[in-house]
Amino acid sequence: MNRHLISAADLSFDDAIAILDTAEELARLAERPIPKLPTLRGRTVVNLFYEDSTRTRISFEAAAKRLSADVINFSAKGSSVAKGESLKDTALTLQAMGADAVVIRHGSSGAPHRLARWVRGSVVNAGDGTHEHPTQALLDAFTMRRRLGRLDGLRVTIVGDILHSRVARSNVWLLRTLGAQVTLVAPPTLLPVAVDGWPCTVSYDFSSVLPDSDVVMMLRVQHERMSDAYFPSVREYSRRYGLDGDRMALLPDHAIVMHPGPMNRGVEIAADVADSARSTIVEQVTNGVSVRMAVLYLLLSGSRGPDEPALASEGDLVPAGERARSAAAAEAGR
Amino acid sequence: MAGISGTAGPAPAHTGPGTGSAGTGPASSGDSAAHAGKSVLGPEEIRRALSRIGHEILERTDGARDVVLLGIPTRGVPLARRLAARLDQTEGVRVPVGSLDITLYRDDLRLRPARTLGHTEVPGSGIDGMVVVLVDDVLYSGRTVRAALDALGDLGRPRAVQLAVLVDRGHRELPIRPDYVGKNLPTSKREAVRVLLTETDGEDSVTLQVSPEARR
Repeated sequence: MNRHLISAADLSFDDAIAILDTAEELARLAERPIPKLPTLRGRTVVNLFYEDSTRTRISFEAAAKRLSADVINFSAKGSSVAKGESLKDTALTLQAMGADAVVIRHGSSGAPHRLARWVRGSVVNAGDGTHEHPTQALLDAFTMRRRLGRLDGLRVTIVGDILHSRVARSNVWLLRTLGAQVTLVAPPTLLPVAVDGWPCTVSYDFSSVLPDSDVVMMLRVQHERMSDAYFPSVREYSRRYGLDGDRMALLPDHAIVMHPGPMNRGVEIAADVADSARSTIVEQVTNGVSVRMAVLYLLLSGSRGPDEPALASEGDLVPAGERARSAAAAEAGR
Repeated sequence: MAGISGTAGPAPAHTGPGTGSAGTGPASSGDSAAHAGKSVLGPEEIRRALSRIGHEILERTDGARDVVLLGIPTRGVPLARRLAARLDQTEGVRVPVGSLDITLYRDDLRLRPARTLGHTEVPGSGIDGMVVVLVDDVLYSGRTVRAALDALGDLGRPRAVQLAVLVDRGHRELPIRPDYVGKNLPTSKREAVRVLLTETDGEDSVTLQVSPEARR
């Protein structure tokens, strides 16, 4: 596994399965009298949140604490960032404090990638702009596998604001890696221009894809990112792309309904659907802790000594071809 | 994981103590010479050793009353199951069997790449007030057992904890001793004990070979 988790697209099949299997073992921990492990004792995890988030930050915090890591929460509000400190200077400060991992949420796509070049520890992307949110995709895949027993060949329909959704993007890439088939459903205005290049199909007719879906994932309408008029009215959006009881009835019996939260009840998902037995919304939150524990364990528990490069992404600076050559040379030398 | 090139065989060829206490390598590099090694126990001897351990457990625990067998993955788990089957055959005592993965409690996590986790399965009886017999294939430094004791502490409070191992190869680094031993095997630190079991490796054997890692 890489030492950072920046993008779900970077995960190989084996990496992803290793995370899910580890999470499966760690999930059983919650049932124990003492749901705490000494594994990351003495390690420091910094939660660096430039955007508001409740569940993701708390989830990472709970995950780190269950593994006995020390957690430092850093939110941009009320910090030096409000005084104009740059991301790089903040990173150097964290570096100086000896952070073993930095969990970052940032409004700009690519911020975690930049950060990874400046800090020594592992960087975990907890959502960057409209780019990616890999741990959400991992916990979604974990939830699907737990509920439906498999991922290979699973038909997953993701509905809503694809354009602004890092959850959708991460899910598309991860689910492709894991062998599921993804269909995106959205108004044309809420699809990214480059969606043709994504490994999925696109539909504009929600009801027609429901009978062939094992999983329906509803996305939140992100009012805060919508400066333009992407659809005429919330009511019309809700009627065409919302999941209500009638639409849910079109699903096969085994199908599940997911939502990454927070929900706008009555907009993209009706209250009775959100509270139905098919809904995995609460499970997703529980599973999120297990998956994030798995990620932190796999990134942080391994060996990392002073002998390793000080700059996180030094490897990235070596051209890929050269890396392959030197690897081949090392292989031949054995 | 560490990916020693040229490793033969699918299973992480297993040398040394259980999931590997400090000081033994994961697996020999699988070349046929090393694979041969010096045979210590054959299938028949392993069977007899387990029978004897089974009898000793019955004697020492008042007919296996309140006993729970917990195998330490990988190879402690099939050994625990075999012991349970032995107890059932000889005395008709049904003993709960489970597994206890100790990866997250290891003291050398920082020294090696992240490991995949084994499975922890505590029988329905729980371990509170029970006599837990930990089962592992090889006892070496004692660090695996130390980790297992920590893991047990987070699972409950057994009345007593005992330790059964197929091979005790010496070189303890902690004040830990086994209660039941299949075979005491004097070794040098340069050697590796390789345990193969039918359930995990397709054959039953214990061999002694020169550890590739000890040569460093």
